[in-house]
Amino acid sequence: MFGLAKKDATLLLVVVGLTLLAPFILNPFPTDSAMAQFNAGYPDLMQRFVIFGIFAIGFNILFGLTGYLSFGHAAFLGVGSYSAVWMFKLLSMNVIPAIALSVVVAGLFSLLIGYVSLRRSGIYFSILTLAFAQMSFNLAYSVLTPITNGETGLQLTLNDPRVLGISQTADGSIPVTGLFGLEMRSTYTMDVGAWAFQFNVGYYLCAVALLVAFYLAIRIFRSPFGLMLRAVKSNQQRMNYTGLNTRPYTLAAFVISGMYAGLAGGLMASMDPLAGAERMQWTASGEVVLMTILGGAGTLIGPVLGAGFIKYFENIFSKINDNVLHGWFSFMPDGLENFVITIIHPFIGKGWHLTLGLLFMMVVIFLPGGLVEGGQRIAALFKRGKKDDDGADTSKATTPAE
Amino acid sequence: MSILEVKDVGKRFGGLQALSDVNLSVAENSVHAIIGPNGAGKSTLLNCFVGKLIPDTGSVMFDGQSVLGRKPFEINQMGISRVFQTPEIFGDLTVLENMLIPCFAKRDGAFELNAIGSVQSDKEIGDRAMQMLEEMNMADKRDMHAAAMSRGDKRRLEIGMCLSQEPRLLLLDEPTAGMARADTNNTIDLLKQIKNERDITIAIIEHDMHVVFSLAERITVLAQGTPLVEDTPDNIKGHPKVREAYLGETA
Repeated sequence: MFGLAKKDATLLLVVVGLTLLAPFILNPFPTDSAMAQFNAGYPDLMQRFVIFGIFAIGFNILFGLTGYLSFGHAAFLGVGSYSAVWMFKLLSMNVIPAIALSVVVAGLFSLLIGYVSLRRSGIYFSILTLAFAQMSFNLAYSVLTPITNGETGLQLTLNDPRVLGISQTADGSIPVTGLFGLEMRSTYTMDVGAWAFQFNVGYYLCAVALLVAFYLAIRIFRSPFGLMLRAVKSNQQRMNYTGLNTRPYTLAAFVISGMYAGLAGGLMASMDPLAGAERMQWTASGEVVLMTILGGAGTLIGPVLGAGFIKYFENIFSKINDNVLHGWFSFMPDGLENFVITIIHPFIGKGWHLTLGLLFMMVVIFLPGGLVEGGQRIAALFKRGKKDDDGADTSKATTPAE
Repeated sequence: MSILEVKDVGKRFGGLQALSDVNLSVAENSVHAIIGPNGAGKSTLLNCFVGKLIPDTGSVMFDGQSVLGRKPFEINQMGISRVFQTPEIFGDLTVLENMLIPCFAKRDGAFELNAIGSVQSDKEIGDRAMQMLEEMNMADKRDMHAAAMSRGDKRRLEIGMCLSQEPRLLLLDEPTAGMARADTNNTIDLLKQIKNERDITIAIIEHDMHVVFSLAERITVLAQGTPLVEDTPDNIKGHPKVREAYLGETA
């Protein structure tokens, strides 16, 4: 189906199902229950899951396949965001031209940075990309203020010269981003009993972009080009002596992953039309590395899982505070309650990074293949259990990794 | 008719004159061995053929075209394949994937951006790779991780990968170094079989006299960066200069 092998088509269908039904899946708890704060099914967070999923899928095409660890991919995301906001300011509030420009500009920018950085490999390549990204960040932050609006960030104003559109609406406010009249922010809330499910136009635009991005990634993984990228990771010497020029292969992978980052940046600006330099900072580049490794570098679904995992922690764990904990542990005697809360306190709220860090270390030490490897091990356990029970042939079961 | 013509090649590394006045001619469809004691410059000379090193003086012509200044992948595309001292294969990939890569390189050239096509549904390349694996008696190992194979199998795979590109000149850099006797004999048999079945020129650098004398039709002895003699194996065995420089008293 769609030119994919059966296993890949199944994986794609699973991802289609998960993204389209996400407003239900991520909202398992009734709105008024104590567990409601673990719900992630609100538009803002769902958009972020998907956008960072796209970012990580693209990063994985470079890092997972060729092994070149870029520490500067946030620069492409930032460039994409700035391009999109400029398109909103100058052309129209339609997201299509904005996203198209983001991808193109990020692609050109990554061509430049990749051309220079790929002259080196290993740690030197990483340092070069890091240096470029930090240069971009500092340029955006201070030097290129006319283009980036410095530390305030680039925003829409009431007198933007929008060629195909209006500078301000009839009631004197800034127009909102949309897709041929469909506003990105418009949300339909479906109340079912105690649950409230939210369906947001912006989320579904991002979801479609993710599905296209994911489909293309599967095609790249299974193509001769993808095979060559894996060969680059495995043995460049043999490649050179087999008549293959490694440089254009790595450069193409770099540019493709830069364009994915640009797409993510453009979508980000389409959901919320502003762009700040902090999107290009090295911590943002590090985050996508974490996502990819946490989920499983070199696997198809891993980066998406990693992105979801980290964004869930960032948004949900960081909201648990001492008051919430007191609510949970109120059944305990006072002294014990305070003691337990004192122990847990550093791991929640602003301390969510500590929890994430510990989880990351455990994954890297015990599951070097990331969350995907965890899933495979669990699947293998079940398979073995099943075999013991009825001796059925379960060798056809799919492995989500590939 | 010679396919590889080396004229007056010299190479200096700092204070060391690694090669000087090397003249060598490899006849088409022959097996030519280059031997010499440690440090004689054998590997340096080989590296000058494949684009890894550029000699300071002289010329290296392959089939009438100079190889100097060309990159290794360009020289490979001209028809020279190289087998390394330690087998260089794609360890992270399966045996079949290892074989697919040179087949793609042969058909599509040094770079082809085919990011949407599917490797699996490319019948032409798939058949070619499987046929080559069968010739190498490795078809049953197709789904194995290449890194997990024995040294002898890795060598066999590497040679198969080179042959799949139908090179006109196959360069072997100590192909049996560090191998057990049985693996060495298997490799000799494989090379003999290749020689008999194909129109191919083989140039081989070797330490093991057993290998050299069972394969070579012509031998060049290198000592201190200069060719000492070039002759048939039988004449080399008895040559006094060679005994002195290389084979020692025991030979």
